[in-house]
Amino acid sequence: MTATDTHRAVDAIFRIESAKLIAGLTRMVRDVGLAEDLAQDALVAALETWPKSGVPDNPAAWLMATAKHRAIDRLRRSKLLERKHEELGRDLEARQNADASDLDAAIDDDVGDDLLRLVFTACHPILTPEARVALTLRLLGGLTAEEIARAFLVPESTVAQRIVRAKRTLAEARVPFEVPRGAELAARLSSVLEVIYLIFNEGYSATAGDDWMRPALCGDALRLGRILAELASSEPEVHGLVALMEIQSSRAAARVDASGAPVLLLDQDRGRWDQLLIGRGLAALERAEKLSGVLGPYGLQAAIAACHARSRTGAETDWKRIAALYEVLARLAPSPVVELNRAVAVSMAFGPAAGLEIVDALTSEPTLGAYHLLPSVRGDLLAKLRRLKEARVEFERAAALTRNGREREMLLDRAAACARGSELPEPR
Amino acid sequence: MRFMMLVIPKGYEKAAPGTAPEAESVAAMMKYNESLQKAGVLLAVDGLHPPSMGVRVSFPGGKPKVTDGPFTEAKEVLGGYWMIQVKSKEEAIEWAKRCPGSENEVIEVRQVQEMSDFPADVQKAAAGFAEMQQQSGQRRRPLP
Repeated sequence: MTATDTHRAVDAIFRIESAKLIAGLTRMVRDVGLAEDLAQDALVAALETWPKSGVPDNPAAWLMATAKHRAIDRLRRSKLLERKHEELGRDLEARQNADASDLDAAIDDDVGDDLLRLVFTACHPILTPEARVALTLRLLGGLTAEEIARAFLVPESTVAQRIVRAKRTLAEARVPFEVPRGAELAARLSSVLEVIYLIFNEGYSATAGDDWMRPALCGDALRLGRILAELASSEPEVHGLVALMEIQSSRAAARVDASGAPVLLLDQDRGRWDQLLIGRGLAALERAEKLSGVLGPYGLQAAIAACHARSRTGAETDWKRIAALYEVLARLAPSPVVELNRAVAVSMAFGPAAGLEIVDALTSEPTLGAYHLLPSVRGDLLAKLRRLKEARVEFERAAALTRNGREREMLLDRAAACARGSELPEPR
Repeated sequence: MRFMMLVIPKGYEKAAPGTAPEAESVAAMMKYNESLQKAGVLLAVDGLHPPSMGVRVSFPGGKPKVTDGPFTEAKEVLGGYWMIQVKSKEEAIEWAKRCPGSENEVIEVRQVQEMSDFPADVQKAAAGFAEMQQQSGQRRRPLP
């Protein structure tokens, strides 16, 4: 193995191990920031040592032992937290004395709990949503600040600052490293799910930039969701969210055409939907249904996505069922965006006029003032009703509001088609 | 990116019909599968019955010909596979190294081709294939 090969192997191992490492270290030192520094120290040590000595048989245990030694060194040097130091020493000694298989078992047993604690800490409501996203991708996704910055199209220094500040906020507030219990759990879990879905959505329909999708980010969110589904397997909404992301991801290849322009759901070549992901999504949805009986907001959205996934053609879509599911969703988690989606489903089930009625009730909604999909949907319904002049105005308004370049082009095409007296743009 | 980790167990080409792995190795494999699942990288996993229960379809002169297993000429046969989703080939290799394999097993790590890996003319030619997969109602069974 050359030095470059070993470096690549170290990177791969670190990607697999870093979250578990940081989680285990946080339990010991009770400080996420310090734990991350220690994990980085261990990584640097591996990069120095392994090219010479070879990759150890159990790299995870090597990294953890190295990080713990560093922890003790640091604590000694700073002469802080004397009690913690002793605990740490005892812990380390006990583990060193135990034989190797016991050690593995002990790590395995603790790791799940620690990881879940780390998830709840990174997604703590005390942090801003941006900080939660950055910290989650950093600590649990193993992404560098540079990778996060690239994914969200912000300067690297912004992301680095966000992460530093987030860690300081957690330390100053003395946020306990624990899984919340009882009534608090539901609210905290929904913050975790929100963070994962935010990451997914930024990848699925980028809010800015020239690419319609950033698939790597979807992949990161999906991986986090799948990990969470194992850590919190009794929570139906976790499986609901995973189902939603799996099914939405299944359409990734069909959502852009050869030139990179977006293709809307009903125009997609369903043959390009990924059946492996659809199967996984339907299985996750079934798990959510079995656990809950009554689906939560993510489960309902997954059930809607599943309606599309099960239809072989757009024409076969069970729009009445989708409209009914949106109605339940609107009652459970009312929001103007859900209402707008319901309008689309109602228009497909009962005609554009019925949908337009719902959309018109939303035009005075202040939170949708800058939301490009409101005029986009309204334009579509007006075009179907052959009210082309009004439709054109709506498409142009939507084009002016969207921050995604690809979407803007598509909306302007539709506006131009209305001006020509046609409902739909000519195929490119 | 997706990778297949293909298991090639030595001697499986000669295994009798109904040959099943030993309980002990199954337990170790289940633990390994679990570690893949917990890491969020496992997409699918299956084991395959021995070739003595299968057939080979060849095409001498362009015509299909069915031969019952076992296939005496075969040096290596598949015993099963994992499909994983990871960020690099190195990560796939690292996962393969963690498999509780014995002297008897080889794991071949192969990247799954994506449509975007192909040149435009191949993509066009392949466009109908995915649709066919869909229409055949192909569904993967849920994971263990």
